[in-house]
Amino acid sequence: MTQATESHQQLRTPFYGYHTEHGAKMVDFAGWEMPILYRSIHAEHKLVRTGAGLFDVSHMGRLKFTGRDARRLLERTLTRRVSDMQEGACRYSMVCNDAGGVLDDVIVYRFDGHWLLVVNASNREKILSHLHGQAEGLSVNIEDQTFSTAMVAIQGPGVMEQIGRFSSEVPALKRYRFCEKNLLMMQAVISRTGYTGEDGVEVILPAKMAAQAVNLLVRESQGEGGESAIQPAGLGARDTLRMEAGMPLYGHELDETTDPLSAGLGFALSLDKDEQDRGEPFVGQAALKKIAVEGSTRKLVGLELDGRRTARQGMAVFKGDGEVGVVTSACLSPTLGVPIAMAYVASGCGEVGDAVEIAVGAKRLGAKVVKLPFYKRGE
Amino acid sequence: MPAPTDRRYIQTHEWHKPDAGQIVIGLSKFAVDELTDITYIDLVKTEGPIKAGEVFGEIESVKATSEMYCGVDGVISSINTEVIENPAIINQDPYERGWLIKVRPSDPAQLEMLMSAADYDREIAASR
Repeated sequence: MTQATESHQQLRTPFYGYHTEHGAKMVDFAGWEMPILYRSIHAEHKLVRTGAGLFDVSHMGRLKFTGRDARRLLERTLTRRVSDMQEGACRYSMVCNDAGGVLDDVIVYRFDGHWLLVVNASNREKILSHLHGQAEGLSVNIEDQTFSTAMVAIQGPGVMEQIGRFSSEVPALKRYRFCEKNLLMMQAVISRTGYTGEDGVEVILPAKMAAQAVNLLVRESQGEGGESAIQPAGLGARDTLRMEAGMPLYGHELDETTDPLSAGLGFALSLDKDEQDRGEPFVGQAALKKIAVEGSTRKLVGLELDGRRTARQGMAVFKGDGEVGVVTSACLSPTLGVPIAMAYVASGCGEVGDAVEIAVGAKRLGAKVVKLPFYKRGE
Repeated sequence: MPAPTDRRYIQTHEWHKPDAGQIVIGLSKFAVDELTDITYIDLVKTEGPIKAGEVFGEIESVKATSEMYCGVDGVISSINTEVIENPAIINQDPYERGWLIKVRPSDPAQLEMLMSAADYDREIAASR
């Protein structure tokens, strides 16, 4: 086995001590020292599918928008309409460049009097500078709260029962709704959102007491046997969980040369923003409208592979002798027990049931196109 | 955890343990932990002669695919079919049940040329 390692100055979240106490194996992720696993990626994956797993997602960027033109800046830069959002709602959206390529995929929260944007760790600085550029002439203040706050995702079918011990309001939240709660004398934002395909919440809280709050929650979830119902899960499981759920990951399914329509994310576009009263188009709208009319040249599909081998990002997809696409993400699905992959293939080459091949070195692996997502809870 | 001293190691993390005239080969715990959950083993060479420095198989995990190398010349005498069926055994027990192949060495003294456990531990400490 060959490998390379390097070390440099890395950022740590408020849960660093918690991770090391729980035996985490730490890796670099977008400049942050993050837990990839505690014991086993597959065990942590199964924990989230059957019980309750706790992920540190504090590395994700949290940007607060205040000022008279905050809404206007977000309408200008997010692909999805935000003006019709009610207070207490959150929404998944893209941020695109002029060509319609994805700069980031984000979640926007609407509060009473301000907005919050949760962005990918790897894109935080790029998005900040993009937003500042677009904010020219507007009365808006952008505050980067990434370091003053922490964020955890608690995911799995057992989560609401555990949260219900602290709050009756949270289990009553609808998907993509949030509330503000006092936890240990501090304000936490709890949203019914996640990136695993399971029910659950994401919690944003002040960095200072975040570790104590999470320790309390985990301790309170102990059953009679002393084992906590909520166990930590790492980024490795987060990745295999989101793959099964068919959710895109920036840098894999999404990048600046990929448009949201090809990625199957048309639902996150409001292509009529400029037709609203006093509306203006969002950055990339014209280009995306053109793609919507003319059709995408490629599309994101799900693949199920024959055998046990895992494909990797960048492997070519063939149909007969012709190269028709490229793998963006892949894993051995812990839930389904078969290798799965997501890939971009040329339009017309990826109908459900189509047989394709993936090139692994000189070899070809058989695969068939299947419906996304690979896994849907309750099925 | 220090590497077991009853065997020798090569830089690519394969351990080589003498056992009744044969050499058993597997992956060190350090390597297995780096790979994370192992999902697939492909032993490309299942029998016949093999040389030091040759690839005897590929190993896949949730994270990566890597080649595995033999450290001695000889003839492959057996392979561990149990780990092919259930690769997670390598994660659970890399030094015993998780062995990969056995080689009948053409020159048993060749084993002594490989790294000792102490040298191997120093090597991985330096790589961190």
